[in-house]
Amino acid sequence: MSLSAARPLDPWRWLGLTSLQCVVLTMLFAMPVRVFGLQAPEPVFAMVPAFAWAVIRPSIIAPFALLTIGAFTDILWGSPVGLWSLSLLVAYGTVLTMRNMLVGQSRPMMWAWFAVACAIAELAGFLFTRLDAQASPSLVAVFWQFLATILLYPFAHRLIDRFEDADVRFR
Amino acid sequence: MALRESPFGELKVPLALTAAVALLVAVVVAVALLLSDRRETFQAEAYGVTRQVGDAVAAPVSGAIAAPGRWGGMGLESLRGYFFAVAENRRLKAELKEARQWRDVALALRDTNERYKSLLGLKTEPPIPMVAARTVTDSRGPFANTRLANAGKEAGVKAGNPVMSENGLVGRIIGVTSGASRILLLTDVASRTPVMIDRTNARAILTGDGGPNPKLEYLRGQNPVKDGDRVLTSGDGGVLPRGLPVGTAVKGLDGRWRVVLASDAAPIDFVRILLFQDFSQLANAKELDQMPTPPPSSGGTNVGLVNAPAPAPAPPAAKPAPGPAPAATSVAKTPTVPTVGAKPAPTKPAAATGAKPVAAKPVSPKPVAPRRPATSTAAPPTSAPVSTPPPADAEIPH
Repeated sequence: MSLSAARPLDPWRWLGLTSLQCVVLTMLFAMPVRVFGLQAPEPVFAMVPAFAWAVIRPSIIAPFALLTIGAFTDILWGSPVGLWSLSLLVAYGTVLTMRNMLVGQSRPMMWAWFAVACAIAELAGFLFTRLDAQASPSLVAVFWQFLATILLYPFAHRLIDRFEDADVRFR
Repeated sequence: MALRESPFGELKVPLALTAAVALLVAVVVAVALLLSDRRETFQAEAYGVTRQVGDAVAAPVSGAIAAPGRWGGMGLESLRGYFFAVAENRRLKAELKEARQWRDVALALRDTNERYKSLLGLKTEPPIPMVAARTVTDSRGPFANTRLANAGKEAGVKAGNPVMSENGLVGRIIGVTSGASRILLLTDVASRTPVMIDRTNARAILTGDGGPNPKLEYLRGQNPVKDGDRVLTSGDGGVLPRGLPVGTAVKGLDGRWRVVLASDAAPIDFVRILLFQDFSQLANAKELDQMPTPPPSSGGTNVGLVNAPAPAPAPPAAKPAPGPAPAATSVAKTPTVPTVGAKPAPTKPAAATGAKPVAAKPVSPKPVAPRRPATSTAAPPTSAPVSTPPPADAEIPH
C-alpha cells in the first residue's frame, strides 16, 4: 500500500517556491517607475505567505522563512533591518493562534481576516518605526500601503486552496 | 524509504508546540536585528556589512530587472515626442523668448555680483564636483523612502553627500559600497534637513514622514511662510550646501506647512550626487585637538629647550616684555602657565648662558586663535623654545 498521501508536504513546494515568488515580485515593484507622474503602489507581498502559511498548517520552517523574507525586504527597501521581519512574524503569530477559527470560512470572510492580518502588520510597523526613528510615519501613507496589500488576497487564497489539504495530517 | 521504515517514523513531535517555539525564536532574532540596526545614524561605519553586501548585489540585479521598464519608458517618450512635436516646439519657442530676457538680467546681475565680491573681498564657496548616477530601486512605503543609485565608492561618493535631480534636492547618501550607494529621500521618516524660506530667510527643519510632502517644523517668527514660497537648503550645520532648491511651501490638510518637492517634477531615474564635504569632514580632528603652543612669555620659564617646535604668535593684545628677555639656559625651570592677553611679567635673565637674550615680540599680523583657552593647565610646560630661530618679526634687543 502506498503511503504517499501520508507523507509530509515538501517544504520546497509550499515554502521555498512561495518565498522566491515574493522576493521576485518585491524586486519588480521596487523599480523606479512612475505612471503619469504618480508613484506606483508598494504592496507588502510577504503578507501573502504570512497569512496563507499560518492557515495551511503550523510549521517550524515558516517563521524562519518569514524572517528571511522580511530581512530581504528591509535591505531592499532600506528600512531598519528586522522591521518587516518582526511585523510579519507578529501577523503570522496572530493568524496561527486563530487558525482553528479561520479554517474553512468563506472567501469573503477570509479576505476580511486577511485585511485584519495586514492591519496588524502595518500597525506593528508603525509602532516599531515610531520607536526606532522617534517620529510618526504618515497615517495616510500607511493606509495606502495597507490598501495595496489587501488587494493581494487572491494570491493567498490560491495558496491556501492548493496546500490546505495537501497534508492529510492537518485536515 | 517509506516513512514507517525510518527509525524516526514512529517519533511523534508535537508540531504545534515546536512551531510556537520556532516562532518565538524567530521573533527574538528579529528583535535583535532591529535593535542592532542603526540606519539613521549619520556615520559611515553604522552602515553595516549586511547592508553593504545587500546593496552591492541588489544594484546590478535591480538594474537588470528595471532595464525593460526603462526601455519601455524611453520608447513611450520617443513616441510622445514624435506625436506632440509641434505643440512642444511652440512651447519651447515661448520659453526661449522668456529665457532670453532672463539671460540679459542674469548677465547684468553677474557683473554687479562680481564687482561686489571684489569690493568686499568675499570668499565664495568653490564649485562642487558631482557624479551622475542612475537609480535602480525606489522604495516608497510609509516606513522607508530610499533609493539605490549605481555609483559607489569608486566614484568618490561618501556618506552625507547631497543628491539632486535636475529640479531640486532629492536626499542624501546614507550608505556606500562598491558600485552602489543608498539615498535617504527627503520624505523618509528619519530624514531631517535644515531649510530656509527664500522670501523671509526664516529657518525650519524639513521633516519627512513617509508621505509625498514632508513637513516644515520649528518655524519661527510672525508669518514666516506663505503659500507658494520657495524653500531652499539653509546650509546650517554644514551638512548640505546653502541654496539648493527643495520645493515650494503649501498648507497641508492637517493645517501644517508642508513642501511640494521640486524633485518630484523630474524623472526619478537619473540623479546627481554632489561630492560635497562639510567642514566636519574636511577638518583634521586630530590636528584641531592638539593643544596650541602658548605664546612665549618673557619669563625665565621656557628656557633650556633644544629643537622644540616654533612658537605660535600670541594675539596682539599681549604686550611685549619691556625688559630683556630671558636667555637660554641648560636648566628648564618649573614653568608658570602663560595667559593669553595678559601682560607677561619681566623676569630676571638667566645667568651662565652663552646665548643671546631673546624677547619674543608677539606682533604677528595673523594671530593664531587657540582652539582651547591657553590658560588650560594641560599646556605643555616645555613648549616655548629659545634655541630655535626667533620669528621674523621678533625683536632682538642688543
